[in-house]
Amino acid sequence: MNRIISPKNSQKIMKTIFWGSGILTILILIFIIGYILVNGLPVINFNFIFGEPIDNGASGGIFPFIVSTFYVTFVALIVATPLGVGGAIYLAEYAGENKLVKAIRFGSEILASIPSIVFGLFGFAFFVVYLSFGFSVLSGGLTLALMAMPTILRTAEVSIESVPKSYSEGSMALGASKWQTIYQVILPAAIPGIITGIILGMARAIEETAAILYTVGAALQVPVSIFDPARPLPLHLYTLATEGISMPNAYGTAAVLVVIILIITIVTNALVDRYTKKMMGR
Amino acid sequence: MPYRIEVENLNVYFGESHILKDINIKINTNMVTSLIGPSGCGKSTFIRTLNRMNDTIPTFKKDGTVLLDGKDIYDPNVDVVDLRKKVGMVFQKPNPFPKSIFDNVAYGLRIHGLNDNDVIANKVEESLKAAALWDEVEDKLEMSAMGLSGGQQQRLCIARTIAVEPEVILMDEPCSALDPISTTKIEDLIHKLKHDYTIIIVTHNMQQATRVSKYTAFFLHGEIVESGLTDKLFMEPKDKRTEDYITGRFG
Repeated sequence: MNRIISPKNSQKIMKTIFWGSGILTILILIFIIGYILVNGLPVINFNFIFGEPIDNGASGGIFPFIVSTFYVTFVALIVATPLGVGGAIYLAEYAGENKLVKAIRFGSEILASIPSIVFGLFGFAFFVVYLSFGFSVLSGGLTLALMAMPTILRTAEVSIESVPKSYSEGSMALGASKWQTIYQVILPAAIPGIITGIILGMARAIEETAAILYTVGAALQVPVSIFDPARPLPLHLYTLATEGISMPNAYGTAAVLVVIILIITIVTNALVDRYTKKMMGR
Repeated sequence: MPYRIEVENLNVYFGESHILKDINIKINTNMVTSLIGPSGCGKSTFIRTLNRMNDTIPTFKKDGTVLLDGKDIYDPNVDVVDLRKKVGMVFQKPNPFPKSIFDNVAYGLRIHGLNDNDVIANKVEESLKAAALWDEVEDKLEMSAMGLSGGQQQRLCIARTIAVEPEVILMDEPCSALDPISTTKIEDLIHKLKHDYTIIIVTHNMQQATRVSKYTAFFLHGEIVESGLTDKLFMEPKDKRTEDYITGRFG
């Protein structure tokens, strides 16, 4: 038989290609983060982080925007987490397989792929105008909750379903009720996956710009009430860059946003890792 | 002595398939009964009928009666939670919860409403001792049960089962995933436990049946072909099919 490339060589070539795509992914990530940090870090100092903005952000600090980011994301997660996890428990443990369940699952997939600007428009029409929440932390947070919810639901559902059936059998055989089994055996075993889902949902909320463009307003003060307008970091960044207010400060804001996301991701990963190791006795 | 379990004309179906056919058997109190037979003969389905674990399968249907201490366990007034407390189960593959060793045993106590920590701690120690595991784990009760060996995990599952003080322990091939040394330990344990519990054990290992049980029932194609004293069934089988199976001509 005539082969153009021997199995040994094709193995080498493919391995190189896969290695290359892995390395390329890492390089792109390092390049982007590096580029932002190199351009952004020079403007970051104590006053930039904890100061009030001056001239719409041309100088001064970004403290109200950092607070806005955490506030809006917090509201989004407070709403989206119970809905997403609750829905996941229903789908994975109670629903079985029927048309309604398929519809819910399909619906949440669609919801996850709707462009964020459409969410923004809906949030404006529904929360800001119809429910009269105005341009506020509440309107923005609820809009982001709609976006984060399907992500949390799908991830949590997969993670609950991947808990071995033998755990719940062992629990039921001891006389535990379905809910006791879910609450005390299945959920603790699924927690790492559920947390990952919440973090993915959070990442979707914290970096979102389009969905909050029409819903949170554009305040320059620290928001206190949930009915106050706010301006999360991505929105501030967008304003700085598109209105040509200050490119150095735009990079600075971007750097702060990236660092916040990195810290949250790394810390939760480490916590989840520790929990899993303890649970599995490794 | 009255029988612990009496099964009369039991038929079990999963959808269209007729899994157990006209099962009649009486299980003696505080003795070990082995269920033997080739794979797929209905042994596991049978013991899962005794603690109503089959209830979770939507297509499960049954007729006939299963009496525990003279009372029908399928009576609509029976609380499944109470039943499963009385009829514990140990599975084929050790299935400890991904919790600490202590919490694995305490789990059953807590779900049944016990919350005095001293009482729980005593019960956990007692159960681990009864399951011959205490000496190996007493200094690492807070470690995850997933870090134990397979044999230790299985004894932990037995400890977890006896902690809630059942009357009957069902064992579904409890040694099939274990090495010979762990198997010996579990068999020793069964000898110890039979004084206080009625044990029904499904096994593929006929030597194991002769070693641990007083009574044996031979299942084939969903029927009990023959049942009686283990010694008798193995030495002088009445049915040709039993003889063929125990002499290794099939199965």
